[in-house]
Amino acid sequence: MATPHTFAVAMASVDLNRPGHYLHWGVILISVANLVVIGIMILLFVLALVLPFPKGRGRG
Amino acid sequence: MTPPWARIPQPEAAPAETRSYDLVKEFVIALVAVLVLTLAGAAVFGAPDDKPVTLAAWAKADPNDFTATALSELDGSSDTAGYGAPYNTAAPGQKIGPVGLQKAAGVRHPVDTAKDFVLAPLANAPQTPDVAAALAQYQSATPDQQAAWDKAYSDALTAANDDPALVLPDTGGPVPVLLKQLLAQASSGSLDGALLSQGGFYQSDYTKPLLFLADGGYLSGRADAKHLSGDQWGMMNETGNYPGQAWLWLYTFWYQISPFNHSDNADALIWGLMAVLTLGFILIPFIPGVRSIPRYVPVYRLIWRDHYRRQLER
Amino acid sequence: MSADITPGSVPSEGVEAGGWTGAVRRGAVRAFPPDKLLPDRQPSYVASWIYVFGVLTLAALAVVIGTGCVLALKGPGWWHVSSTGRYVNALHLWSVELFMAFMVIHLWGKFFMAAWRGRRAMTWITGAVAFTASVGTAFTGYLTQQNFDSQWISTQAKDGLNSVGIGAFFNVLDFGQMLMWHIVLLPLALVGLTVWHVLLVRHRGVVPPIPLLTAGDAPEGDPAAEAGDEGGGS
Repeated sequence: MATPHTFAVAMASVDLNRPGHYLHWGVILISVANLVVIGIMILLFVLALVLPFPKGRGRG
Repeated sequence: MTPPWARIPQPEAAPAETRSYDLVKEFVIALVAVLVLTLAGAAVFGAPDDKPVTLAAWAKADPNDFTATALSELDGSSDTAGYGAPYNTAAPGQKIGPVGLQKAAGVRHPVDTAKDFVLAPLANAPQTPDVAAALAQYQSATPDQQAAWDKAYSDALTAANDDPALVLPDTGGPVPVLLKQLLAQASSGSLDGALLSQGGFYQSDYTKPLLFLADGGYLSGRADAKHLSGDQWGMMNETGNYPGQAWLWLYTFWYQISPFNHSDNADALIWGLMAVLTLGFILIPFIPGVRSIPRYVPVYRLIWRDHYRRQLER
Repeated sequence: MSADITPGSVPSEGVEAGGWTGAVRRGAVRAFPPDKLLPDRQPSYVASWIYVFGVLTLAALAVVIGTGCVLALKGPGWWHVSSTGRYVNALHLWSVELFMAFMVIHLWGKFFMAAWRGRRAMTWITGAVAFTASVGTAFTGYLTQQNFDSQWISTQAKDGLNSVGIGAFFNVLDFGQMLMWHIVLLPLALVGLTVWHVLLVRHRGVVPPIPLLTAGDAPEGDPAAEAGDEGGGS
């Protein structure tokens, strides 16, 4: 039976606790993790602008 | 003056066309979406929790660095000892031009490094006769004598590459005995508690143990290995492969470039700069040029393309 | 009481009844008639996915506060010693990442819409200040983790804050102070700003589209410019 404890134990299937990966261009030094987050944000922004919005459905 | 394209006659006309929508349902859908993403993200990625460093761990892992740092606290050459406000009056602090806000704020968290980090922890613990005698000898000596002992030991330690075992006996008077005992107290774990509880039984203020840790090389060495140092855009970063505070990118950027990366006033200058930029960000509606960027970078044509198409059809 | 109101009676138009309470009530109803506060219609030009990031930010803030409350139930040390606590802490971390991401995307959208037009400057200002407050709230969160990260962040951040005198009053090395700022003062300020921001959006309505470029549209500051009025004309 799934208890909160077993669920918590099953977590962290992607182990991010290894040494971090970094990208270095000139003065810029950024972690892959941060770059991924920023990249996803830019992608979401662009998608929000270009994806067609369904007509007649309520959003706001 | 509002630019012409940005003017909207008031009172605003009601929108020409409306359609029905469900505000509450939209919020509930958003809430469910966020919950699902959060539950899944937390389950897959977890959260970082690197164990904190203790004085005990430091003393055991790098006793030479600990001893050298303890000596610098005693002789007043450590970062904290020479910091200035809010810990002491040893330095005038940073300035933005002629304005010295650091000093003006005053000594609100007084720290006497020799007393708080070295002498008081030794005095408050039961000591063997030789340590007790060394402590009495040091505390009853004149400041000049204390300084002479400190300097003699410091010079010798530096020449011995920070290894106390290589320093000749009788160098620095009672100082080597005191520092050796402090190291033993630190290694045993009692110094962590002693520094924290100097104010009383209940404490939630870690100022003293943290300042002592930060004066040494152990904490900063561990941080550097994890890419958290100031010259590594460290403020944005997190341990391991976790995302950090990416939104601090502009604040930490300035530390990487000239003139800030070699200025004694870097912190104050950057805080001043960021205060101005933040104010500018808040007041964008009133800043000519910046407030017109949306007009000349026409992302709005994408956002409202349906509306414009319907307008042209009419 | 300035006027005698019998229970059940309704004051007539123009009568300044009810004292301060009546005045507040009338002001509130005037600013936010119920169908403006909770509308079920929206302008047809609200037709882009960019518009969902405001409500996503609100929803994420709700989850941040909710998970924070669960952490508060067992105190700040719980998540270091319990795997359930560690999971709840992870919920709090990832909901914060989502909150900051959605808020910034919402900000990008609102900037490119020049959403401060039409007396909506305060909407932008409350949003921008809320962003700044969020950065501060997140920062105090990182400070109060009570792990290596907190030790490092606090000993580094102190220099910036001390250099401008703030550190004397806001001591990032003081766990107790930072925790109370994080769970009491800053969330109150942030929620207050958020409520104000949302009420302003309800009060002013969603900003109309920028009029399309027309001939004679002049650069910033030209008083002789004639650009398209808002309304139906383009």
